[in-house]
Amino acid sequence: MSDTTASGPMLAADGRPLKESLRRALRRQKLRALALIAPLLLFVLLTFVIPILSMLVRSVENDIVATTLPGTVPALTEWDSSQGDIPPEDVYRNLFFDMFNAAEAKEHTKLGTRLNYENTGLASLFRTSGRSMDDIGEIFQDAIEDIDARFEDGAFWYEMMNGTGGGALVAERRTRWTELTDDDMNGDIGFTPSQAVVDLLPTTAAAYTDFAIWTVIDAEDVVAEEDPWEAVYAALAIDLRDPARAAAIASYAGPGADALQALTAAGLPEQSFTDAFIELDEDWGDADVWQTVALYSPTYTPGYFLNSVDRELTINGVAARPDNEQIYIKLFMRTLWMSLIITSSCILLGYPVAWLLANLPVRSANVLMILVLLPFWTSLLVRTSAWKVLLQQQGVINEILVWLGFVDDANRLILMNNSTGTIIAMTHILLPFMILPLYSVMKTIQPTYLRAAKSLGATNWTAFWRVYFPQSIPGIGAGSILVFILSIGYYITPEIVGGTDGVFISNRIAYNISRSLNWGLAAALGTILLVLVMALYWLYDRIVGIDNVKLGG
Amino acid sequence: MKFTKSLLAVLAMGLSAGSAVADGNMASDMTLVSWGGAYQQSQINAYANPYVEMNSDVTVTWDESSAEAVAKLRAMNEAGSITWDVVDVVAADALRLCDEGLAMEIDPDEMLADAPDGTSAADDFGDLLVGDCFIPQIVYSTTFGYRTDLVPAGTEAPNDICDVFDLATYPGMRALEKRPINNVEWALLCDGVAKEDVYDVLATEEGQEQALAKLDTIKDSVIWWSAGADTPQLLADGEVFMGSTYNGRLFAAIVEQGQPIEMMWDAQVFDLDGWIIPEGLSDERLERALDFVRFATDTQRLADQAQYISYGPARQSSAPLVGKHATLGIDMAPHMPTDPNNAKNTFLYNFEFWADYRDDIDAKFQAWLAQ
Repeated sequence: MSDTTASGPMLAADGRPLKESLRRALRRQKLRALALIAPLLLFVLLTFVIPILSMLVRSVENDIVATTLPGTVPALTEWDSSQGDIPPEDVYRNLFFDMFNAAEAKEHTKLGTRLNYENTGLASLFRTSGRSMDDIGEIFQDAIEDIDARFEDGAFWYEMMNGTGGGALVAERRTRWTELTDDDMNGDIGFTPSQAVVDLLPTTAAAYTDFAIWTVIDAEDVVAEEDPWEAVYAALAIDLRDPARAAAIASYAGPGADALQALTAAGLPEQSFTDAFIELDEDWGDADVWQTVALYSPTYTPGYFLNSVDRELTINGVAARPDNEQIYIKLFMRTLWMSLIITSSCILLGYPVAWLLANLPVRSANVLMILVLLPFWTSLLVRTSAWKVLLQQQGVINEILVWLGFVDDANRLILMNNSTGTIIAMTHILLPFMILPLYSVMKTIQPTYLRAAKSLGATNWTAFWRVYFPQSIPGIGAGSILVFILSIGYYITPEIVGGTDGVFISNRIAYNISRSLNWGLAAALGTILLVLVMALYWLYDRIVGIDNVKLGG
Repeated sequence: MKFTKSLLAVLAMGLSAGSAVADGNMASDMTLVSWGGAYQQSQINAYANPYVEMNSDVTVTWDESSAEAVAKLRAMNEAGSITWDVVDVVAADALRLCDEGLAMEIDPDEMLADAPDGTSAADDFGDLLVGDCFIPQIVYSTTFGYRTDLVPAGTEAPNDICDVFDLATYPGMRALEKRPINNVEWALLCDGVAKEDVYDVLATEEGQEQALAKLDTIKDSVIWWSAGADTPQLLADGEVFMGSTYNGRLFAAIVEQGQPIEMMWDAQVFDLDGWIIPEGLSDERLERALDFVRFATDTQRLADQAQYISYGPARQSSAPLVGKHATLGIDMAPHMPTDPNNAKNTFLYNFEFWADYRDDIDAKFQAWLAQ
């Protein structure tokens, strides 16, 4: 309120400063206007903006590796992937515990599916390995139970592990489970590892806590009554075999100390996890598999975008995909090129029709208008299928041409299952989108201008080309943008009549969504398509000017 | 993942609806998902109608979305709102749904009915229980049909899978599915690879190239189909001389519509279709779904379905009960892909192989198509 004058602010009837009162009235008006558009705004937000945002996120999102293998991924960072060696034992040990948990939660197959997009064979590697994690754990379980039968008893384990002070560990493992399963893992588990055990047997404490959380939250059992799962025995063997802990274990006096000391005295199996995994499936001994895991371990990946332009991520940086797998760039180019052809043929066919519509007497123009609109009101699928009947080799068009003798019966024209079919059918389907804006623009062009041009000596052609045509350009612009953008994203028609060389990029997007389930790649392809359309729109604005586009009067 | 998930959850909140509960613990509404067309009709006749007769308080809704079932179930799962109760899918999709944690694991002996003679469900279905989530229903095959009137004069009708690749003897267009599955196996079989080695060969780069090279010899004479109904239409219109599709589709064209088409059963590829129950149903809905599935996959019901469509029942105990077509009155057994006369040379779809190699070989196949 800076504009006070000597006589004070100007006041409204109710005694408030006029400016404030005015602003209030305006605000109310704005709110009312907002309330009016709110349903539409909400609708657009929910069905348009949010899905597009989610698509953008999906095209780079890749947290599945890090959440499914939370121990393995950090361990892998110390491995030099370029040497062609397999990772150290430490990585395999972490993989065992990660895979064990993931298999319990049935998440390992999802990771296998994800990585199979990058390296064929990983789907079954993860699926079959997940089933065998128990077997690796049992090697340790059998050995431990043979030495001291008390380890067969869940209550004994509980007494040994339970105590106070290990709350931080429970919280940490709980977070891991939450990230792994995407489920809420909250709730009292009735177990806290004792600090002494956490210090003495860190691997065991972590594995037992994992077991406790899963047992209580997912299986809804009581920890003390359940025998621990195999991974806990494996963890115990790792801790007890660790020479750095020998002294601490020998002097340990907590619950179950004598049993632990008995285990160390008897000696535990020297099972290497590397060997166990390679025995399970020799692919685990393949550096290539590990390179894929390492390459795709970051939470965000450019991998999907690279795949969308026929490139791939390798340990040596970005490389072109093998020649026999390159398809996307070709499809993008084809989509753009064919959309351009379709747009041009729509202009060529639509312009005279629109001119007729605008210049015929009202009665006949109306009939013509209905002829234009009728197919527009028919289902897209029906129209496309009708084209199939017309275009096929034994179809109506070929039959007529053969009957008329224009075409030899043995060499009937191939009008569909190729790009010709797509262009013909799509031109017909999109034609109304060209005719309607053209018509509404032509309707506003004064016939007097043409007459004036002619009376000044212009030929018919000059009058059309120099006077009429320039005025109809906004209609062509609007129609072209509509047709081009619609055809770039077309899916059904190319799928039905396109055969092999008449399909568009959207057919591949659909494949990745519904057949291959590679939603990340589909999102990346969709994003590229979106950016492409926006770039072309921008280009159009620069060259023609978006103000020159008219959809009517 | 979490960002998109919470977004979708917000979207779904308004959409999820609780289902009404009837007779104690079972939901009274049930949404079944299938493929539409004659196949779904056979399920309505053989399973759903008798079930509703027994349980008059149940309302069954059908959804014809099986072709997109995997993608849709995944979307429903992310949105936290599963609206389907029992879903009909092919075995390969069941395997993937199981891998993705979207389908419930099945204990056949506990959840499915025993055979009338007391054989346990697991034994009755035998090897057809693919993966941990799949409840088999029918055995179907992808095989060839050809136009009898287009067989060149003086030549015997095609009866060997390699006749598909023999353009000299059998000129004319072929209809093949626009995906590598089945086509590459047939190509290798006709390129000198022994049946038992096909998948070992296909697992190698050279083998994949070999298969595509063989397909290349007929590429110009192929119309690629993507919907099962395409081939019967192409055959009926005389657009193609021979084409692959599901045997039930050809049965309909030959027997029900009387088209001049004949089956060529050689090297037919067996595949399975069956039910899965989505993961994450409420207890009431799960009870209902299990109750329906137990009923719909018992020995008699599976045999009943064969009255309406020429797909073989997945239970061994159902085979002897297969009777006549419900309206045409013809014997169904000779039209089953599993009939000994038709099954002289068969090929079993390798689910595990394709679960791994599907995307890899498809990329190469599509790149080859686009050349």
